[in-house]
Amino acid sequence: MKHLLSTASLAHADASAILDTAEEMSAVSTREVKKLPTLRGRTVVTLFHEDSTRTRVSFEAAAKRLSADVMNFSAKGSSVSKGESLKDTVQTLEALGADAVVMRHAAAGAAHQLAAADWTDCAVVNAGDGTHEHPTQALLDALTLRRGRAAAAGVDPRGTDLAGMRVLIVGDILHSRVARSNVWLLHTLGAEVHLAAPPTLLPVGVEHWPAAVHYDVDVALAAEPDAVMMLRVQAERMGGAFFPSAGEYTRRWGLTDERLAVVERLPGPARDGSGAMILHPGPMNRGVEISSAAADSPLNRVLDQVSHGVSVRMAVLHLLLSGDRGPDRAAEAASPAADPSTDRSRP
Amino acid sequence: MSTISQPPHFAAPSAEEATAPVLIRGARPYGDEPTDLLLRAGRIAALGAQAAATAAELAEDGTPVLTVEAAGQIALPGLVDLHTHLREPGREDAETVETGSRAAALGGFTAVHAMANSTPAADSAGVVEQVHRLGREAGWTRVQPVGAVSVGLAGERLAELGAMAESSAAVRMFSDDGMCVHDPVLMRRALEYVKAVDGFVAQHAQEPRLTAGAQMHEGAVSAELGMPGWPAVAEESIIARDVLLAEHVGSRLHVCHVSTRGSVEIIRWAKSRGVDVTAEVTPHHLLLTDEQVRSFDPVYKVNPPLRTAEDVEALRAALADGTIDVVGTDHAPHPDQAKECEWVDAAMGMTGLETALPVLIATMIETGAMDWRRLAEATSARPAQIHRHAHLGRPIAVGETADLVLVDPAERRTVRPEEHATKGRNSPYAGRELPGRVRATFLEGHPVVLDGALATSRTGRTADRTVAP
Ligand SMILES: [Zn+2]
Repeated sequence: MKHLLSTASLAHADASAILDTAEEMSAVSTREVKKLPTLRGRTVVTLFHEDSTRTRVSFEAAAKRLSADVMNFSAKGSSVSKGESLKDTVQTLEALGADAVVMRHAAAGAAHQLAAADWTDCAVVNAGDGTHEHPTQALLDALTLRRGRAAAAGVDPRGTDLAGMRVLIVGDILHSRVARSNVWLLHTLGAEVHLAAPPTLLPVGVEHWPAAVHYDVDVALAAEPDAVMMLRVQAERMGGAFFPSAGEYTRRWGLTDERLAVVERLPGPARDGSGAMILHPGPMNRGVEISSAAADSPLNRVLDQVSHGVSVRMAVLHLLLSGDRGPDRAAEAASPAADPSTDRSRP
Repeated sequence: MSTISQPPHFAAPSAEEATAPVLIRGARPYGDEPTDLLLRAGRIAALGAQAAATAAELAEDGTPVLTVEAAGQIALPGLVDLHTHLREPGREDAETVETGSRAAALGGFTAVHAMANSTPAADSAGVVEQVHRLGREAGWTRVQPVGAVSVGLAGERLAELGAMAESSAAVRMFSDDGMCVHDPVLMRRALEYVKAVDGFVAQHAQEPRLTAGAQMHEGAVSAELGMPGWPAVAEESIIARDVLLAEHVGSRLHVCHVSTRGSVEIIRWAKSRGVDVTAEVTPHHLLLTDEQVRSFDPVYKVNPPLRTAEDVEALRAALADGTIDVVGTDHAPHPDQAKECEWVDAAMGMTGLETALPVLIATMIETGAMDWRRLAEATSARPAQIHRHAHLGRPIAVGETADLVLVDPAERRTVRPEEHATKGRNSPYAGRELPGRVRATFLEGHPVVLDGALATSRTGRTADRTVAP
């Protein structure tokens, strides 16, 4: 694995290696000194052509916990603006000594182009490209699902996949890179994926996806998913075009208090009727795709997702830059013997 | 039917530029048995034994005769492209009439029709006359300007179709190509108005509301890549409307770059009803599919977009059976920076003049889908008939205009865009091996291409020398 560009092209073994490595990284995050020396002297550049403080900060935290130097570029207030070609920008970054480029871009395929062209030798991590993919988001969702099930069963999540899990994704599938990355990754890991959305927010061609498609959320919930992932919907902007109104969207596709009551009674990963997990890539639109009660429900894993995001991104950067192939070296690196707490050279 | 005669395409060459007779030895017209051809004074003067005998007599009388050995080569009527973007005036960084004409000659084209989406648009007599004059001065191929349907291609008001028809460029083909004449009333009026000048409307069929922001064919691949789709129905609905309009007002419609199976079915239906409609397919739509977009390489970004393998099959069958009349290149050169960028920001279009014949050989001849005669019909005779060029697209026969191309069908070459004569480096076939090399192109008996390279133009220009006229 030289780059992480999409989950569509991610093999089961690579995905599992990332998740297992992320487990090791999570252990680091709970320590007093949350830092590993593995990427000391390496430079990670975050190149964000689109505002996303959440994702950028998560990558930055991940890189810093691995002791990498981090340079942040954003579209606003830097040289990266429309008119300067992608090619020029990346050649500039490479001249600065970047080992990895974490890229968020409004254009689908931007990270692929970067990796495919002979413009750079950097490892490229796609941090979201248009409405195409957002692979680390799907990986953190998979980590959350895997941990949720392992915890319910009282087993170690490492080495497991999502076989036998049923995951329902609800909302604007058409414009969602999160949905796309999740469909491919969850399917690769063995989960059964269900989608529920207004027909206008499903792409033509969705029938070729490895997913069951529902127009009715209540029918989809009756299939007893282990987890329900609610996608953010720009209801005000889309009302009248993709669906009649925000109110109708919420009534028909929102995770309302009434549907929360259904979710709370689902068998869930524990198979004991303790309810399904609720996931959301954030930020949540309370009162639109998710009710306040559902947002604050104990079933909701949003905060777990945030911390898992750092672990997954640490794992990805570690695997791409250390030349390491799996979790064993990471475990070694995370062991107390390799504790970097004595290193003060890179404050 | 026309009362307006078409003007000569070239200034008469001066005495020293007069072309020597040419004896082509052992070429196979339309792939038939090898024969000799004698080209003299712009016409095919003799065929077979008579050609060699006449050439010998001329030589004895002291007239120099150029002998071209063509054993194993196919002789075809010079290609006629109804769909070429030459970019001049306005985007000379992308292409000029000179560079585009050279590319045409190297591709075997003895006539190209320059689309109107230049800057300014070719929506007035002044611009079409300028393009026509530049083509005559270049002298590598015939450059026939296409006139815009609407002022500035804006789709609002009719351009001065009559003035362009009466101009020295004698425009007969009107198109807003690049843009669709989407307003049904404007399209109706255009179809009606061109009847007065024996013209026709060439439509770029694209419903604009259904394709706002569209990046690629809408289907399985676009769903996966998350790119806004360009649905087949956006093309098919306009074609369906236009054939009915053409029938209603009794006018002539030409459908540019048909790209979907559904469009083929609509055109087949319209022809069976007797609608005066003709259709075109590009070489790239006969070979490439939307699967190419997975690379996110903007060289594959084109309008209409690359479709599915099913569409490709339907287009090949339709070209073979004549439902699609002609091949048009939609040659669309762009400067590097227009393609070295994000897909969404990249320009649409690909070069095509220098690869058209190889792609046709690969997709239609080597597959057995059609023979050389049908290829000659689709690339020369039919496009000339559609434009009603009386002396172009003529068969290889004694007395006909000596517009000929010699192609070696066996030679396979890897496409290297940096070696092309067009300024555009945006060839989707870069690195791909294609069969068939144009060895020679004769324009009214004058060898503009010899040994696969530019020779001299009808006006005395060479690859290295652009002579001021
Ligand atoms: Zn067009």
